Amino acid sequence: MKMGRVAGTVVSTINHPIYDGRRLLMCDLLDAEGEDTGGYLICVDTVGAGAGETVLIIDEGNSARQIVGDITAPIRAVIVGIVDELQVDGVSHKFG
Amino acid sequence: MQLAEVTGTLVATVKYEGLEGVRFLIVQPLDRDRNPQGRQVVVADAVSMAGPGELVYIVGSREAALAMPEPFVPVDHAIVGIVDQVERSS
Repeated sequence: MKMGRVAGTVVSTINHPIYDGRRLLMCDLLDAEGEDTGGYLICVDTVGAGAGETVLIIDEGNSARQIVGDITAPIRAVIVGIVDELQVDGVSHKFG
Repeated sequence: MQLAEVTGTLVATVKYEGLEGVRFLIVQPLDRDRNPQGRQVVVADAVSMAGPGELVYIVGSREAALAMPEPFVPVDHAIVGIVDQVERSS
């Protein structure tokens, strides 16, 4: 799993039917300290995350398909949580 | 899933079974600021409506084949949506 920060939204009307009615969020990827790595992912939101929030992302197809409940879904990156706090090497990082 | 810009088309008459009627395009993957990132790749167009110059989002690996009408095909990148707008708040 990966951590990301919601940086924006992606709007698309012509898409694969599995994406109908799903919110796509642009997430900047973070390292273990919560710092920006420069990477990003377009993720399907399942928890109602908002701009600027630190989120937990699963970037693996089978897990994503299990979450959306369709074993044929061409979805890979899904937001599965909102991170409140992170403790690394005894240092606490609070978000939100 | 990543952003990409369609840069060209690819025509193949002889294709593996299951790929009949599938459109192939060339795309340039983009970074978060929509600058080119990495090499261009050949993708299958799962929405059948993308064309050169358009901003799209793509999936790779197994998910790419699942996006196709026949999901057991040798495809490793596919366009799954055409992007109308990207709103970045930061």
